[in-house]
Amino acid sequence: MALLRSDLPLGGDGSARFLPWIIGCMVYLAALALAATMGADRMADRWRSDLSGTFSIQIPPNASTTPSERERLLSDMVESVSKMPEVASVHVVSDEEKAHLLEPWLGPNGLPEDVRLPDLVVVRLQSDAPAALQAVKARIAGLTPDATIEDHARWQGDMLAFTHSIELLASVIIGLIAAAAVTTVIFVTKTGLSIHRRVIEIVHLVGAYDSYIAKQFLLHAMRLGFIGGLGGAGLAGLTLIGLDRLLGQAQTSLLPALALDLNQWLALAVVPVAVSIVAMITAHLTVLYVLGRDL
Amino acid sequence: MVLFENVGVRYGAGPEIIHGASFTLAPGSFHFLVGPSGAGKSSLLRLMYIALRPSSGRVNLFGRDLESLRRREVPLLRRRIGVVFQDFRLLSNLTALDNVALPLRIAGVRESQVRQHVTELLQWVGLADHVGSYPATLSGGQQQRVAIARAVIGRPSLLLADEPTGNVDDSIGVRLMYLFEELNKMGTTVVIATHNDRLVNKFQHRQLRVETGTVRLVTRPEAA
Repeated sequence: MALLRSDLPLGGDGSARFLPWIIGCMVYLAALALAATMGADRMADRWRSDLSGTFSIQIPPNASTTPSERERLLSDMVESVSKMPEVASVHVVSDEEKAHLLEPWLGPNGLPEDVRLPDLVVVRLQSDAPAALQAVKARIAGLTPDATIEDHARWQGDMLAFTHSIELLASVIIGLIAAAAVTTVIFVTKTGLSIHRRVIEIVHLVGAYDSYIAKQFLLHAMRLGFIGGLGGAGLAGLTLIGLDRLLGQAQTSLLPALALDLNQWLALAVVPVAVSIVAMITAHLTVLYVLGRDL
Repeated sequence: MVLFENVGVRYGAGPEIIHGASFTLAPGSFHFLVGPSGAGKSSLLRLMYIALRPSSGRVNLFGRDLESLRRREVPLLRRRIGVVFQDFRLLSNLTALDNVALPLRIAGVRESQVRQHVTELLQWVGLADHVGSYPATLSGGQQQRVAIARAVIGRPSLLLADEPTGNVDDSIGVRLMYLFEELNKMGTTVVIATHNDRLVNKFQHRQLRVETGTVRLVTRPEAA
């Protein structure tokens, strides 16, 4: 109790009353930005793990080959590739699967009977080493020269660059929010020092070091910062849960899942603590700086 | 205890309001600081409680020159000085007990000792029944006694009072003076700035007279 006792009547300051609200708004935005960073990171991880070590083979329909010849060529290629030590699995995409993939664009009726789709084969490698990919690519090129191979590298690169941009943007936003929070705490602390000038003079006169006065401002800022931070983080948590439910209903696999895991919730819970620590340090340094210029 | 040598005081770029002030206050002495309003009595006191640095000359407190005093050394020196103001300057958010306890808590005294010392002192100044009262609920005389208790709780060597009877009626003023005399008898050096001629004449102590910007030490009391 003695540790938290305040001699200065800081609680009654008008300027301090709005601080928790401002901190709350800032923490809300910072927490959402942090969640966006974590979401983007997770989405990138998912893409990486889904696509890493896999590639697809596309064999276009050829008018000069009959369906049975085509089927034999495909089965020969699949058998040959499957036997390679670098290959973990080979999956031929069925007509039903292709129709399902195209359904969002073509509707439930799919393609007319006379339109032939390319054959699709998904190959998963034992490892994502470039040498393994090259060896399998060479084998396929020898067996079916008109096949095209898509290893998703370009698409994956673009998507990763995009998620990195989101992370960078979120980091900049968090940085700006932190700067705004620090500026606000400096302003409120300076106002408090000005309002309580006479009281501070008394406390000085009875033998207080600047650090004693700074400690009172520090505890006050910590309290306000934590209250605001807790409110902001709580609201951000509710927003994320709401958004996750909304995205869950959309049933799209492209959008990132916002359901946070335990570690990410803990990271979010650290935000109000971090904010109150920043507020504490800022208030402490501001008081020492301002009082250090006296006498 | 207190040594002034050719001390001058100016605020900002203005003229010197005190110049050539030289005097010595011996330990255990009792002085009235008298002179017309605006003559610089409060400035002299501010020099003594280290709220102001001289613009010229030398001020020495407890063997330390103010000029060479570093900022971090000031608080420890101030703990040897008690100050009482005309307007009491109590902290309105603290009870009488907490106001008086402030110097002890700042000095890091244990809470059990703080309570004991403060309660005894408030009893001594006649405020045993007002330990938990806030300043706003106390009369002027009671507030001034709380302020005096706060000034002396740390057993200061030097007690400075700036018009301590200015906001209380004469009978309370006299009682406060007896309180200061008792503290003086216990060895505290006392300096009281006042323009209350009746008190100065009633209590026969040495005077520091501030006249036309300088200070004259009157060793024998004279009619104010």
